[in-house]
Parts: sequence; C-alpha cells; structure tokens
Amino acid sequence: MQKAFKVSRIMLSVYYAYMVEYRAELVFWVLSGTFPLILMGLWVEAAQGDQFNLSPTDLVRYFLAVFLVRQFTVVWVIWEFEREVVEGRLSPYLLQPVDPAWRHFFSHVSERFARLPFAFLLVGLFLLLYPYAAWWPRLDNLLLGLLAIALAFCLRFLMQYTFALAAFWTERASALEQFWFLLYTFLSGMIAPLSLFPDAVREVVLWTPFPYLIYFPASLLINRPEHVARGFMAMILWSALFWAFNRWLWRQGLKQYSGMGA
Amino acid sequence: MERYLKVLRLFWSTAIAAELEYRLNFLVTALISLGGLAGSLFGLSLFYRNDYEFEGWSWEAALLVLGLFTVLQGFSAMVLIPNLNKIVNQVQQGTLDFVLLKPISSQFWLSTRIISPWGLPDVIFGLVMIGYGGRRLGLGWVDYGLAILPLTLGAITLYSLWFMLGATSIWFVKIYNVTEVLRGLLEAGRFPIAAYPVAYRVFFTFVVPVAFLTTVPAQTMLGQGGRWWLLASALLASVLVVVANRFWRFALRFYTSASS
Repeated sequence: MQKAFKVSRIMLSVYYAYMVEYRAELVFWVLSGTFPLILMGLWVEAAQGDQFNLSPTDLVRYFLAVFLVRQFTVVWVIWEFEREVVEGRLSPYLLQPVDPAWRHFFSHVSERFARLPFAFLLVGLFLLLYPYAAWWPRLDNLLLGLLAIALAFCLRFLMQYTFALAAFWTERASALEQFWFLLYTFLSGMIAPLSLFPDAVREVVLWTPFPYLIYFPASLLINRPEHVARGFMAMILWSALFWAFNRWLWRQGLKQYSGMGA
Repeated sequence: MERYLKVLRLFWSTAIAAELEYRLNFLVTALISLGGLAGSLFGLSLFYRNDYEFEGWSWEAALLVLGLFTVLQGFSAMVLIPNLNKIVNQVQQGTLDFVLLKPISSQFWLSTRIISPWGLPDVIFGLVMIGYGGRRLGLGWVDYGLAILPLTLGAITLYSLWFMLGATSIWFVKIYNVTEVLRGLLEAGRFPIAAYPVAYRVFFTFVVPVAFLTTVPAQTMLGQGGRWWLLASALLASVLVVVANRFWRFALRFYTSASS
C-alpha cells in the first residue's frame, strides 16, 4: 500500500515536470477544445426567443461547465499506446514491476494540473462577455461534481485504453476511437443539454455511457442535479464492465504481442 | 505551366497508388464520415425542432451550409491535412533540403505532393446534402454554378491559412496543436453565420474568416448574397494567397536544416 502511494507520487511529479516543460503547447491544447463555446453562442442566440425551456443564462452556465468538464476529461492514450505497440517500444515497459497502464494514467492526471490555470482563464474571459451568467456551484454540488468529473475521466480513460488494446491485433486501433468519439461528441451533451433532446432519443442515450461523461458532471456543477444516485451507479457499472473487458483483452493481447522492432 | 501539370499528375498517381494498398481503410473512413454526417444532422435538427430557425435560414438553407462544410472538410482531408503533416515531418527530419533543391516552386511541391482519397466520402455526402436541400428549395443548375466561384475562393482562403500555419513549423517544428486550434474554430462553419451572437459574428468574419468559407457560397446559391460579399471574398482569397507565398519565403530565411 505504502509502495503504491510512493510510486504514484513519484510518477505524478515526474509527469507534471514533463507537462510544464511545454507550457505554450498546453495553451493551444486548451484552445482546441473550443467546440462547446461555439455551440454556446448558437444556443444563447437561439434561446433569446424563449422557444426552449432553458434561459440564455442557464445555457451560458451549462456550456462553460461543459467546457471545464471536457478539459478535465481529455484522453489521448490510444494514440500513444498504438505507437508503442507498432514501434515495439512497449517491450521495456513490460519488464517493469508496474503495469504500463499506470504510466499513461498518471501522465494524464498530472497534465490536468498543468492545464488548469489556462482553462480557468478562458472561462473568466467568457464570463466577461456574459457577466450576468457568473455563478457559484453550491458546496455539495461542487463536491459531487468534482467526484463525477474524476469518475468521468476514469471511465473515459478505461474505454479508450480498452480500444487501444486492439492495437495488438490491428495497426489502426485509433479508427475505433474515431468512431466512438463521434458518438461521444453528439450524445454526451456537448452539442446541447440532454433536456433539449427529443424524449425518445434521451431515453435511449441515458442507457449508454456517454451522457455521464459530460452532461451529468456539468449539470451538477450548474446546480441542476438530476438523478444523482442513478448517475453514479451508471458510471460505476460501465467502469466495471470496461475494466473486466480491458483486463481480459490485455491478457489475450500479450500472448499475441511479438515486440515488433525489438 | 505544362511542367507543373505533368508533375502534379505524377504526384497524385503515385500517392493514390500508395494509398490504395489500404483498401479496408476506405470502408472505415466511409463509415466514420457517415457517422459524422448523421451526428451533424442530429445536431442541426435540435435547433429546428421547436419552430426555431436561424435568422433568415430555413432548414433546407441550413442544410446547404452544412453540405458545403462537409465538402470543404473532405477537401481538407484529401489535400490540406496530409500535405501539412508532411511539411512538419520534413522540417523535423531536415529532408526539406531535398525539396528546396528541386527546380520547381517549393510551395507547389509541399502543397500538392500527396492526395489522399480518404476525404472522398465526405465530399460525396456533402454534395448529396447540397443536392437534397437545393431540390427542396427549387434551385437550378445556374444557382449551383454560381456558387462554384465563392466556394473555390473559400477553398483558396482555407488553403492559404493552412499553408501559413504549416510555414510556422519552420520555427516551432511541432505544430499539431496549432492546427487543432484552427480546426476547432473552423467547426463554426457548420452553421450559417447569422445564427451567432454579434460578438461571434465579428470574430468569425474578421479574425477567423469562417463566414467566407460556407455562409457566403450558400448565400450565393440562394441568390441573396449581394455583390459585396462576393467581392470581399475574392479580395480576401487573393490577399491571403499572396501573403501565404510571401510568408513562406520569409520563413525559409530562418530554415537552418536539421542535423547537418
């Protein structure tokens, strides 16, 4: 237990140092997540006429929260893992007494801390544009929201890492992620709050993991929690499912892996 | 001129031959663009579900914009993105030297070396969407024909922006994140510019000229653009082409090659 703690602390600090080294690059990565902010403009303009059951203020808050959640849950493990497998660089990591997954996990986690200030800066900028929308989440919602963000990140990481394991069999594992990402973009609530979806679509979407990755944490952050217990249950269930699938694939994949180029 | 055409034919035939080794890829990319199409339509329909419409844009007219966006997306997947990635590699590895030594314009070489057929599904789906929207609106061949000019100007604008970004790799080498920023902002072109609040409209007309890429061609197609927009579009495209070329020459002065 103590050893695990020490390993994670060291990995965090090492990867944090890596990330801070490329600060300018980080700014650009933050800026590349502007998609929710573009949609914010569209929806705010659309809601001026009161045809939707959400006010412009609600929508500004919602999309700023979406932007933040998205910043905290960006995952790119599949691109790195794919390269490691194709180039055979995975081999040395297999010899170490720590599962290589943790290395990726901690590099993602530490990047969150490095990108934090820039993300808040951008939110502040948009609050200048819409000063009437400034808000504070209630303390309990904030805590639950942070927990939901952490879980959402873990779930998204698990899903992408599971697809990444397909790299043991094919050279284009990232195509899986590209397809999954489409579903994620359109069903997670990034393009619109789920309450604006047609009822039938919403009912179906709630059974998929997507809305819990963005819509659920974002609605906690803006003090409009919905079915909190059910949301957390769904996230845990999906994580468990992907965890089991992931470990099984990992064992099968290692049998298959031949260490190209090594 | 003739020499350039001949070179272009050689470039593209070899590039296509190389890409066709991965035929299964075509199926995968076609599926992905079909999924993207369904998603975009779904996203647009969310706005039009409750009797709302973007100011002055009916559902069919908004489809034209989305179709034009999809066509341009296909165009950049075919020509712009693969070549841009190539520039970055060449700067990183120092192989840009060989390009500079060749007796043709280095800008031409770098912008046309590769063509990737994988953007084709997007182009086709985009054209289908334009055709569908246009039929419902009763547009004729003349209207489509008129839109070719602003669309070409939009494509030229897009190319110049990409190429200038590519040129910055001389200084910054790895620029994938910068291109991601541009790509993220261009997403705004999925919707007519009239759908945005004023501050956004100013930004997407004067700072990142998204309005000229999709909205202006769609307006021309609908016959409501007005000459001034067309003129502005032409002006923007020609200025950017010249600037891109100048900028590339300027950037080359700072190129010091790698590891030699």
